[in-house]
Amino acid sequence: MTDRTDAKTFGKTLELHGIGKHFTSRGQTVHALEGIDLSASGGEFVSLVGASGSGKSTLLALIAGLISPSEGEITLGGVPVTGPGPDRGLVFQAASLYPWRSVERNVAFGLELLALNKTERAQRIDWYLAETGLLDRRAALPRQLSGGQQQRVAIARALVCEPAVLLLDEPFGALDVQTKEDMQLLIGKIWQDTGTTVLMVTHDVEEAVFLGQRVIVLGSAPGRIVTEFTVPLPVDRDLAIKRAPEFLELRASIEDMVRAERLGTTNGIRS
Amino acid sequence: MVLSFLVPLLAWWVLSATEVVTSRYLPTPGAVLSAGIEMVESGDLLSDFWASTERVLYGFGLALVVSIPLGILMGSFAAGQALFEPLLGALRYLPAPAFIPLFLIWLGLDEAPKIALIFIGTVFFNTLMTADVVRNVPRVLLDVSYTLGASQTEVLRKVIVPHSVPGIIDAVRVNVAGAWAMLVVAEVVNSTDGLGRSIIQSQRFTQVDEMFVVFIVFGLIGVVTDIALRLLRTAVGRWAE
Repeated sequence: MTDRTDAKTFGKTLELHGIGKHFTSRGQTVHALEGIDLSASGGEFVSLVGASGSGKSTLLALIAGLISPSEGEITLGGVPVTGPGPDRGLVFQAASLYPWRSVERNVAFGLELLALNKTERAQRIDWYLAETGLLDRRAALPRQLSGGQQQRVAIARALVCEPAVLLLDEPFGALDVQTKEDMQLLIGKIWQDTGTTVLMVTHDVEEAVFLGQRVIVLGSAPGRIVTEFTVPLPVDRDLAIKRAPEFLELRASIEDMVRAERLGTTNGIRS
Repeated sequence: MVLSFLVPLLAWWVLSATEVVTSRYLPTPGAVLSAGIEMVESGDLLSDFWASTERVLYGFGLALVVSIPLGILMGSFAAGQALFEPLLGALRYLPAPAFIPLFLIWLGLDEAPKIALIFIGTVFFNTLMTADVVRNVPRVLLDVSYTLGASQTEVLRKVIVPHSVPGIIDAVRVNVAGAWAMLVVAEVVNSTDGLGRSIIQSQRFTQVDEMFVVFIVFGLIGVVTDIALRLLRTAVGRWAE
């Protein structure tokens, strides 16, 4: 099987400069995000954690181009982001598969919009179905799949366009613990196999540390970057690492930070 | 299923056979059956059936051709909704039969006013119901399609329309009954043939048995149409079950 790490869109740097987002409803302005500076270079895995209301999902929607920032600029490989596009794949927490399309045709959606010849299309679909362990379920309809399988289809569907950045919006939040760990291992493997940059929003600090090379903590009201942790763990990780002392220590300090933010204080008082 | 038909049938048979209600007003099932055979043999029933069916096909068909694209447009685009919804929302409350005299003046006494009534009586409802179905396409499906590189037209064609087909068929199932109701009104007011017209004819001669035959035919048309649309819905919308 050919490696896909040389695909041309990979390796671009994603940059956010002074991003702010306000929503106005019934005369009231809500500051969802303020002064976000963030950069993720090619092939990085960045986790974003924060209490609810920290604008985590809004940030992903901005990068995806589904909404526009009120302030600041987002660039990918130096080119400003002006709208949604297949160079930034987005995977939602909620079921987002086309229910009338089979697994294979869900994955094919983005490729149908590109001028690709049949062989190239079929090869790419097969590669990503294999990568996500869905080859034997390719003819199934979404409603015949388990929650974990559905998320795998959503991931394959985003990846088949070979995005420079894969955006994951609490992708495993609705799954049971076992399935969640399987999916964490899978996404780690996919990240290494494809070389794509991953930005994952999660409320699960353990997950953020397990997968991320960096963990960014967002504070709420308005959502802003409070601090950033570098994860001093090897690139290849297995589930056992979740019990390693340095893992637990990092996890605890991030959880303290998130909790402190939620309680509206930044001086790290334990509750 | 069988019981829901059998109980009223039995009640009918008891009431008519015991002459609790005089047979002039309530014919026995047997009398209705022989009236039916007579009507089929004379060819009247079939020609009335075709005359009516043709009107419904034209009137309701035209309503579908207009209402489905319009409803999809209204449901998909805020501008489409702002433009049409207030007007259609008001128009649908105008009782369609009120237009009959106007149609007779404008369109004459022939087929046109009947087809127009069926059209007017169903087009607004079907448009608004289609728009509702389209608005129910989950936001997340639209968002995910845009991130996969789809344009607005592609989202409409590849996401909104396929997601809406089963719901639109359901709307048609509801509104086809309205089409037949409008047909009867049109034929009762002014017609030389058709099933509605034959009911008026039977009233003049107090042939209640013949009326019952027509009622049964209407019932059969309804059941057959519904089964056909259900099968169609199952065939195209298996995913939505």
